[in-house]
Amino acid sequence: MKWFTALVFVFASTVVYADGVKLSGPTQPQWKSECSGCHIAYPPQLLTAGNWQQLMGGLDKHFGANATMAPNDSKAIQDFLQRNAGSGDKHSASSLRISDTTWFKREHREVSNKTWANPAVKNRSNCTACHVNAERGDWSEDGVRLPGR
Amino acid sequence: MSAKKLCCALLLLAGMNQVFAGDTPDSLVAGYVAEASATTPGFTVSGQRGKSFFLKEWGVSDKMPTCNACHGKNLKIEGKHVVTDKIIKPMDPSVNPERFSSSTKVEKWFKRNCKEVAGRECTPAEKADFIQFITHGG
Repeated sequence: MKWFTALVFVFASTVVYADGVKLSGPTQPQWKSECSGCHIAYPPQLLTAGNWQQLMGGLDKHFGANATMAPNDSKAIQDFLQRNAGSGDKHSASSLRISDTTWFKREHREVSNKTWANPAVKNRSNCTACHVNAERGDWSEDGVRLPGR
Repeated sequence: MSAKKLCCALLLLAGMNQVFAGDTPDSLVAGYVAEASATTPGFTVSGQRGKSFFLKEWGVSDKMPTCNACHGKNLKIEGKHVVTDKIIKPMDPSVNPERFSSSTKVEKWFKRNCKEVAGRECTPAEKADFIQFITHGG
């Protein structure tokens, strides 16, 4: 019974919520390896299924880069994204940029323009500039380290 | 599990890394040379040409004007993605043995990066020259 209780606490501690949205969550091998080649693999919950479908259908024009991959990898990643996508307007962006969603703007409403302009941050897609342990699934507010401090 | 069984399992796993990532820089160069020779008989690989190719300013992409915009000019140290700031591990296999050990990976990145920087796929000759430059100088 003690082991079970300990396990429950360990599991609970790995789950992080932000505005009701669970961030540290499911992973999938191809998603992890293909989507973290140039940036952190953004949690699937942060865009809608429709957004992800559009994004995955245009990987040759991926925000100025070419992110094309083998069809079987693309299919596996698409399935994973569809199963775990966010829903509702708050997670939707016609630009397909997570930083344009109302959810993102709300979560980051206290971040100053000065911080966004800091060369160590560079742009809103650079999560790990402040969310220093995000690659390990830690998106907690406690884990944020603003650059220059 | 006994120590002996554990040792055997670990040795097997270590060996498997070679089996699955079966390519080497030289075997990849040889493969590209063979492809290039099919269209250009008598083709010989050149690290010097590979160096010029790597440093060339292609004039296609504002954000990614050259290969070294992300990889840096010194391939024995880390590079940084010019847009996302993501750290890119060194390209030189003498420093990072993972490099040029898988033809699937190499082909994938050539396809992406050549299209971004050069605006087209790289030819087998260019791929041979580039890997030759990294591993044997130019």
